[in-house]
Amino acid sequence: MPDHTVTAYDEELTALKSRIAEMGGLAETIVSNSVTALVTQDLTLAQSMIEHDVRLDELQQDVEIKLIEIIARRQPMGSDLREIMAAGRIANDLERVGDLAKNVAKRVIAIDNDLQSKKLSIGVEHIAELALAQLKQVLDAYTKRDAVSARNVRERDSEIDAIYTSLFRELLTYMMEDPRNITQCAHLLFCAKNIERIGDHATNIAENVYWMTTGERLADERPKVDETGVTDKENA
Amino acid sequence: MNQMTEVEQKAVEMLNEPKIVARNVQVYYGDTHAIKDVDVDIPAQSVTAFIGPSGCGKSTFLRTLNRMNDTIDICRVEGDILIDGEDVYDPKVDPVQLRAKVGMVFQKPNPFPKSIYDNVAYGPRIHGLSRNKTELDEIVTSSLQKAGLWDEVKDRLDAPGTGLSGGQQQRLCIARAIAVNPEIILMDEPCSALDPIATAKVEELIDELRENYTIVIVTHSMQQAARVSQRTAFFHLGVLVEEGPTEDIFTNPHDKRTQDYITGRFG
Repeated sequence: MPDHTVTAYDEELTALKSRIAEMGGLAETIVSNSVTALVTQDLTLAQSMIEHDVRLDELQQDVEIKLIEIIARRQPMGSDLREIMAAGRIANDLERVGDLAKNVAKRVIAIDNDLQSKKLSIGVEHIAELALAQLKQVLDAYTKRDAVSARNVRERDSEIDAIYTSLFRELLTYMMEDPRNITQCAHLLFCAKNIERIGDHATNIAENVYWMTTGERLADERPKVDETGVTDKENA
Repeated sequence: MNQMTEVEQKAVEMLNEPKIVARNVQVYYGDTHAIKDVDVDIPAQSVTAFIGPSGCGKSTFLRTLNRMNDTIDICRVEGDILIDGEDVYDPKVDPVQLRAKVGMVFQKPNPFPKSIYDNVAYGPRIHGLSRNKTELDEIVTSSLQKAGLWDEVKDRLDAPGTGLSGGQQQRLCIARAIAVNPEIILMDEPCSALDPIATAKVEELIDELRENYTIVIVTHSMQQAARVSQRTAFFHLGVLVEEGPTEDIFTNPHDKRTQDYITGRFG
């Protein structure tokens, strides 16, 4: 696409894109390191991720200010309008991803040095790998303006949902085996839920990248595979 | 589901029928081919905006709709332009009657050097639309009311039209167009000489007039096209590049040239 006649407009859009890229990188780091901190019981790393999230919030506010300024000054149309709207929504999703990952980091501190938790947290590590892969791919799709890749991300979210369901059952089993596991498992269950929701935000981002790139909405409703509600009843 | 009667079906078809149909329209100024192969349907009781860079042919095409190009000797129009299914360029059509049915408002307000009253009464008088002074008064009053100017001028109808502000003059010209009971109003950049407040008043008026008239507006302001129109057509180098619902043209245009123009990327 050729540049705008007004070059300052291009500079503003480029600044917006680079902010989103920075947010994306930071969100990935927080998710990845929070899960590492959980698995390795690294309190220092967990604490530092909580602090990293502050920067992510600042960036999100900065994106919001920038896009309001662009709307006020440039009255964006067509692909620019979609670009700007998508940037705002993606920034919100990334900010939420940061919050959810930060919550995992906080639980590392709450669980604190229980030797059992390493074995129990393997499942959480696995779901986190998937969510992180989704997040990484959707951020690449954003940078490359790749609608096909974005659509694939959305379609793969059901895998995360399925793993979450099986993890839920696994953790329930540990709790029933030994009530001393309950506290840790409850924390891990929240961690797993947070990571599953990070996957949902990756899906939101994928939908926005697709819309931004093509102007069309991904219409089909994704099949919902989270069956933990059903499992709940079975075990009640 | 209820079956529609034949009469109802016909009524629905008539409602869906475009007011103006252009097919394969070519316009030449001497050897210059100014408009190329334009096909477009313009729906009734809606606002259609023509946008495009200067010299793209949008005004030229607008002027073919009420044969304003007839006044230019070297101008030649080919193809079909139908209003309510009737060929505008049929030799039997009287251009003066046509222009009463298809009114026009220009870029620069051009009131006659006459009183406000006479500006509006001029058309009805020459077309014999009133039998007496009372009827003429009614036409003048209702036209000024429809043009949203009545409250501002009712106490000074004898004052010269040229003494009004630019925005008021433009609304006076709209009142003058309305006075002869047109079905279609063509507007050629009606707000480009007006300040933002006068522009807003004219835009509000356009939105109200849409209930009773078919409006085609040429505008340089994409924001204006986005604000006032239901459909937008983008012209470039004499070609109608893309036409569709306004919201689609401004959020998700299909042609790259439209995309470049509306986002400000035209070199």
